[in-house]
Amino acid sequence: MAEEKIDVNYVAHLARLELSADEVALFSRQLDDILGYVRQLEQLDVENIEPMAHATPVYDVMREDHARLSSGTESALANAPERNSDQFRVTRVVDS
Amino acid sequence: MSDSAAHLSITELQRDYRSGKRTPVEALTDVIEAIEKKDPGVGAYLSLESGIALRDAENADVTLPLGGIPIAVKDLINVKGQDCSCASKFLQSAYTSTYDATVISRLRKAGAIPLGRTNMDEFAMGSSTENSGIKLARNPWDADRIPGGSSGGSAIAVANDTAIAALGSDTGGSIRQPASFCGSVGLKPTYGRVSRFGLVAFASSLDQIGPMTKTSEDAALLLSIMSGSDPLDSTSLSDAVPDYLNELNGEIKGLRIGLPVEYFTHGIDPGVRQCVEDAVSHLEKLGAEVIEVSLPHTEYAIATYYIIATAEASANLARFDGVRYGNRAPDPNDIIDHYRRTRAAGFGDEVKRRIILGTYVLSSGYNDAYYVRAQKVRTLIRQDFTAAFEQADVLVSPTAPTPAFKIGEKSGDPLQMYLADIFTIAANLAGICGASTPCGLVESDSGTQLPVGLQVLGPPLGEGTVLKVTDAFEKTTNWHRRPC
Repeated sequence: MAEEKIDVNYVAHLARLELSADEVALFSRQLDDILGYVRQLEQLDVENIEPMAHATPVYDVMREDHARLSSGTESALANAPERNSDQFRVTRVVDS
Repeated sequence: MSDSAAHLSITELQRDYRSGKRTPVEALTDVIEAIEKKDPGVGAYLSLESGIALRDAENADVTLPLGGIPIAVKDLINVKGQDCSCASKFLQSAYTSTYDATVISRLRKAGAIPLGRTNMDEFAMGSSTENSGIKLARNPWDADRIPGGSSGGSAIAVANDTAIAALGSDTGGSIRQPASFCGSVGLKPTYGRVSRFGLVAFASSLDQIGPMTKTSEDAALLLSIMSGSDPLDSTSLSDAVPDYLNELNGEIKGLRIGLPVEYFTHGIDPGVRQCVEDAVSHLEKLGAEVIEVSLPHTEYAIATYYIIATAEASANLARFDGVRYGNRAPDPNDIIDHYRRTRAAGFGDEVKRRIILGTYVLSSGYNDAYYVRAQKVRTLIRQDFTAAFEQADVLVSPTAPTPAFKIGEKSGDPLQMYLADIFTIAANLAGICGASTPCGLVESDSGTQLPVGLQVLGPPLGEGTVLKVTDAFEKTTNWHRRPC
């Protein structure tokens, strides 16, 4: 595993989180501690071990494809922070 | 207050309904009064739905399996028409559920009444409920101590007799550990036993909803109703659901109880160790056979968990973008600024830490070194349990290495907080089931009495055996009914 320190500013940007300078300093220290701890997994030989994504075998679950009612426009929009008639109002995504 | 219904279990309350001693409205009124009187000191509830609940109680059909029984619900399970905040400022006063979680529809169909929303660590991330973005929760046995977490509010409400029973969720111990710290009973079902539809996801391969109750009998009753396959959750198991109450026959003669040697070497508080050793002797007297087993990868469980759980959390919490629900930061410069400031204002420190850690372990160049390696160790941990359950029917240990710790004691040091989950976390990685039931009291350095929990782990779909053991223990010791 990589020994370098975590670049909290960069990772926070990937996760779309704005952090203050104090938060960057605090999280850098705490996350370096945590990463130092989790690196103990390097001690194990996992060469021929299958990775496990789920605790129980997961398989495709099939059902009949028939039409049914969904929750509906008003219900879907009920918690919208901002709406414009029957749509979610969002911050501009493309340049004007 | 002595004749208040609030201190009753589900089965006791049902008896009173059926004999005509109480009505659902009277019982619910007692519970609401108990909450108004006792909850301000401990902060178990975030909100109460007294009006709707009383109306439901008036129409209750007490012949149904849970007719007229009020249930407190952890604030991350959707109940139609009620606020669901996950104890986060992101959703506080900004999200009202538009549908019922599958567990809620099943409980309603059986006659239960969702009464109120219980406090928790924000998005279930924490072991003390100190990460609640809404209010501080206190242990009902000692107000200077934490109730455990993340289902702290549900554990308090049940132990403090301000709920008949409650629902929690357990991703790494979040039902069992607070149950242990508050002196209630808590069951984490096998992964897939209970539908997760309508549970706000933290780590989807680890999360399970489970009952938090005064007795194992009540846990068995709730589990029988909550369990089963659900077309809305493709990871729910299709195995038949037994009537778990039928399994509670008190017969544990010849049952093989395994003591994982690795669970008795980590710095366990001496008082906790004594209570658990006494509990094991007691189970032996009831006829169980006690053997030692080994779970050799125990020391790697916490590291494995905090990679897998945070990786899944970072993906799950990407949905909190302030577009479809939640509080949105005002006047963004552009869409990136909108996301960054909305999420910064909405999430607390622990949620931010875990999102950053999870994003890091999944990021390009680190994915194999951290995430894939952790998934491989997860396989080793599961194999440990498979081997142990070839020798033993259930495994027994302390639920937590210490009793409830002081408010603020670990909140500045996240790694120390994570290490407190050592005995509960592996069960989620392996997908097995487990319960915690009270097994004694220890005296704290401030002179208060604090409950200790006995953890009983079972193999996949072994809930019946686990509850048979905890029920037999409860009925011959009564630690679970000590008033706090």
